Amino acid sequence: MAIDVRIPTILRTYTDGAKQVEGKGATLGELIDDIDASHTGLKERLIADGGLRRFVNVYLNDEDVRFLGGLETPVKDGDTVTVLPAVAGGAA
Amino acid sequence: MLSIRRELHDKIVAHARADHPDEACGVIAGPAGSDHPERFIPMMNAERSPTFYRFDSMEQFQVWKEMDERDEEPVVIYHSHTATEAYPSRTDVSYASEPGAHYVLVSTRDPDTTDFRSYRITGEVITEEPVEITGVE
Repeated sequence: MAIDVRIPTILRTYTDGAKQVEGKGATLGELIDDIDASHTGLKERLIADGGLRRFVNVYLNDEDVRFLGGLETPVKDGDTVTVLPAVAGGAA
Repeated sequence: MLSIRRELHDKIVAHARADHPDEACGVIAGPAGSDHPERFIPMMNAERSPTFYRFDSMEQFQVWKEMDERDEEPVVIYHSHTATEAYPSRTDVSYASEPGAHYVLVSTRDPDTTDFRSYRITGEVITEEPVEITGVE
């Protein structure tokens, strides 16, 4: 068993086009370190200054991890983590 | 080129007018790979701002999941500028994250005429494209 991580189109350059990769870890932060080991560069796109980037949404199963524990959120085998870039912009 | 049915064009404009002076935003989904916008999905602007928009993260999750289940993709991502022209701002370019989507901008600064324009935004490059409005089939 492992944790499935769903990758958005714009980050699939790091996964050879794969929509989904597998990883392991006890927390979201460890899981991201684990997938970065085989898909170098992904971590940099998700994390800055020790926290999740502001315009990247990460969900554990059906919850936004910002409302859970951020990078400290516990994860376990069978979970699904989904990464979606925030859709944002504006005239400012 | 963006080819879009009159009815969908009108729905985007109506949403932009209804939310003015705040920016309105949303998606038109279509079958993956088809380049045909078909399903109109107005989104909440979580920022409720006249100068910024951001999809609500939970609403975005539900909508993206639904598109995935239906084998659709966001063919059009639209938002309005309410005091400036319908041209992507630096903010729009820096957060553009769907290189395959048509980014539609609508300007509602003039109460009588609505500017409706479409762009591709890849990396830092903005490419405007013609918009063809088609009739009901």
